Amino acid sequence: MKDLFAVVMLSGIYGLLSASFFVTLDAVDVAFTEASVGAGIATLLMVVTVTMTGRYEHTAHHKPIWALAVVLVTGALLIYGTLDMPYFGSADAPGHLHVAPRYINDSMQEIGVPNIVTAVLASYRGYDTLGEVVVIFTAGVGVLALLSVARCPEESAEIDAVNVSMHEKHLILCIVSKMLIPFILIFALYVQFHGDYGPGGGFQAGVIFAAAIILYSMLFGMSTARRVINQPLVQLLSAIGVLIYGSVGLVSMLNGGNFLDYNLLSEDPVAGQHLGILLVELGIGCTVASVMVIIYFNFGGRTDDYMRNGTKDA
Amino acid sequence: MLAHLPVLQVIVPLLAAPSCIILRRPGWVWLFTLLVSGSAFLISIALLQQVMASGVIVYELGGWEAPWGIEYRIDTLNALLSLIITGISTVVLLAARTSIKEEIPEDRHTLFYVLYLLSLAGMLGIVTTGDAFNVFVFLEISSLSAYALIALGRDRRALWASYQYLIMGSIGATFILIGIGLMYQMTGTLNMEDLSQRLPEVAQTRTVFTAFGFLIVGICLKLALFPLHLWLPNAYAYAPSIVTAFLAASSTKVALYLLIRFTYSVFGVSFSFTTLPLQTLFVVLGLLGVFVASTTAIYQKNVKHLFAYSSVAQIGYMIVGYSISTTAGLMATLLHMFNHALIKGALFLALGAVFYRVGSVHLRDFHGLGRQMPFTMAAIVVGSLSLIGVPLTVGFVSKWYLVLAAVENGWWPVAVLILLGSLLAIVYTWRIVEAAYFKAPQAGIEQVKEAPLSYLVPVWMLVSANIYFGIDTRLGVHVATAAAQSLFGVGP
Amino acid sequence: MFLGLYNYWIMVVLMMIGFYIVIAHGNLVKKIVGLTIFQTSVFIFYISISNIDGGTAPILAEGISRYSNPLPHVLILTAIVVGIATTALGLALAMRIKEAYGSIEEEEIQQRDNREC
Repeated sequence: MKDLFAVVMLSGIYGLLSASFFVTLDAVDVAFTEASVGAGIATLLMVVTVTMTGRYEHTAHHKPIWALAVVLVTGALLIYGTLDMPYFGSADAPGHLHVAPRYINDSMQEIGVPNIVTAVLASYRGYDTLGEVVVIFTAGVGVLALLSVARCPEESAEIDAVNVSMHEKHLILCIVSKMLIPFILIFALYVQFHGDYGPGGGFQAGVIFAAAIILYSMLFGMSTARRVINQPLVQLLSAIGVLIYGSVGLVSMLNGGNFLDYNLLSEDPVAGQHLGILLVELGIGCTVASVMVIIYFNFGGRTDDYMRNGTKDA
Repeated sequence: MLAHLPVLQVIVPLLAAPSCIILRRPGWVWLFTLLVSGSAFLISIALLQQVMASGVIVYELGGWEAPWGIEYRIDTLNALLSLIITGISTVVLLAARTSIKEEIPEDRHTLFYVLYLLSLAGMLGIVTTGDAFNVFVFLEISSLSAYALIALGRDRRALWASYQYLIMGSIGATFILIGIGLMYQMTGTLNMEDLSQRLPEVAQTRTVFTAFGFLIVGICLKLALFPLHLWLPNAYAYAPSIVTAFLAASSTKVALYLLIRFTYSVFGVSFSFTTLPLQTLFVVLGLLGVFVASTTAIYQKNVKHLFAYSSVAQIGYMIVGYSISTTAGLMATLLHMFNHALIKGALFLALGAVFYRVGSVHLRDFHGLGRQMPFTMAAIVVGSLSLIGVPLTVGFVSKWYLVLAAVENGWWPVAVLILLGSLLAIVYTWRIVEAAYFKAPQAGIEQVKEAPLSYLVPVWMLVSANIYFGIDTRLGVHVATAAAQSLFGVGP
Repeated sequence: MFLGLYNYWIMVVLMMIGFYIVIAHGNLVKKIVGLTIFQTSVFIFYISISNIDGGTAPILAEGISRYSNPLPHVLILTAIVVGIATTALGLALAMRIKEAYGSIEEEEIQQRDNREC
């Protein structure tokens, strides 16, 4: 297949299919995240990249024999490995017997949050999640370092021209999205705070929030969006999200416990856990939303620049 | 405070990174980064002292005991590695401010420091944790920041090198993820200590073999073990000088640490080396790495490329020591980790000084440099002597212990081959010395001055460390022996 | 045995398709797409490990006694995020390479590099 646009769309469909597969496998939080992140953001970024790099792939001249050989060996090794695995769905597999029962049975008394995945993610294995937020932050900083372009103010006349033409060509889209965007933002907040009781939480909420902003900037032009959303502020917000998470841990340490021990955040340990999870998820949502916005704006800005100025050096 | 040292070791650089975004001016950010790195170094010294005195330190994150929560488990090996990483990081940062003025555009300076701190925090996170999945997360933090740092290089080939590293590194990380998943499926836990206790029951199943295989291959991709080393020469050659100095001294050591940790502590020595012919495989690959890389180094015209291939060869030596799975062999490998960090840190930093003044590191631009930049070239000469393994330098000590370990084990051919490898090192380092001291400067090129103090001070700090630890070997040998013994189950 | 394990085999096939795309194709964007497919298939593999017959989603509710294992869900959430971070960086690099080299085909880039040396 040589049409990269089609390839990207198909990969988006693959993401969506795997999300629905996750739902049938009872992994609802994961499905939510995969649908928003894997099928949503990834496809979006790939489409922006393909816009800039060219829609069609050139024909390769070498025959990939070695690649095929390596893949076949790896696949054979994996299948060999599956022969001794416990059968699909068996309840007495070792994977389910050791660590998991405590999460399922005791998390209500120890943490008091019905969504066990949130309990494990934000409290039992909270440190992993801190690492995860830092990974997202790193990606944001990396994209900034690679793609940020200096903006020049003389473009406002151009901006207004673009806006007017957009408005005329896509009138229905503009009006409908203006009505929808507030609801999307409220939904994001709902997902953020309801993550304790149902599928959801900081990551999904952050992505949905960013999606609303990206929708706005797609329809009304990058430059208008830049005027609405202040770039340095967003960068600051991404850093603050990580620092909120870290400060919760530091406060626990100052109160006498280990890093990220929420029991010490309040008189009653369970209330402390609730408070800790709330703050931590807030930090996650903050960073994820800002980083997604940063990444999109930098991708879009660079593409805009390239379209206007051409290749830098050959 | 003392009880929290293990977590502070990682948290201090980790939280300092986003804080840099809040501080605006690059001058302040550099100072801040230097202070943070320096404190991390002090923490690692304190940790090492604590471990040597009182044994393994265990720290439960979130207050949840393992294996339900994540724990940090510091033994001598972890402490040694934190020491190496933070030490090199601090010394290299001394030269960073001057260096990046030439190599990176002004508006990216703050972001550079943020990425640097993230890389440091990521590596420290890998070496301190006792939980397998936590390793994966921090591995990705350090890898992603490394990809971005390398891509900041001036030459457009830096972008391509970074992309290749990204692809190979991500394949490696995914393999490691597969391995961790298979291990979880068979044992039900992610904690390394717990895994080591539960794996023997299921060790003979095919799933565990496959898990082991995927883990090892994934780690070897990050380690740049021959023949999976293809990303390393380009990545080191085209990255900014400070980045090369830092990464060359630390990132592959961290991957080697993971290899040692997983094969010794998690899977156990007997499983790792007897069920699969790992010993033979690693000796062969290690030696091949030494010879192929050293030979390729001889033909390189770009000096950074030359030393990058030399790094691949040194990793080969470390793998050879590792494959002689005795206390002596492991001790030699750990000692070489420490020494190589000092050697390559000094060499790449000195090369950075040359790049700063001359603008290129091509061999023909080295003509006559011996007279124009005497201190810098002297540093490169001492570093090269250390690389070859001349007595009185640190390189001699580790080669000595390596050969000794091979001989003790009865592997005479291996010992001979190690010595032959040193001969190759003489050939490729001689090319640089010859160009700098025995060739006249090219006509029409203007004279350059000696490198600024901000470069000379850290370079000579590392060079003197090379000589000092070559003469007074007690610290290195003592810690490395203690670490090796603890991995074999004797002592802390 | 076949009935109990065929799920895993399908996932292995999916993984290998993704892996093949990464190493065999020369177009930089396609490589990243392949990497994404590879990683997503690994996630499906993990989640299928956590499934228990007759269990439901791990959200505590009245009257339900069998839950699926929540731990792999947590791990995969983290892994998805790591995956998107890698994809974003990789695509950013591809864009920069296009600007600098004028092409994103592996062969053409190496040709241009070789001409310079």
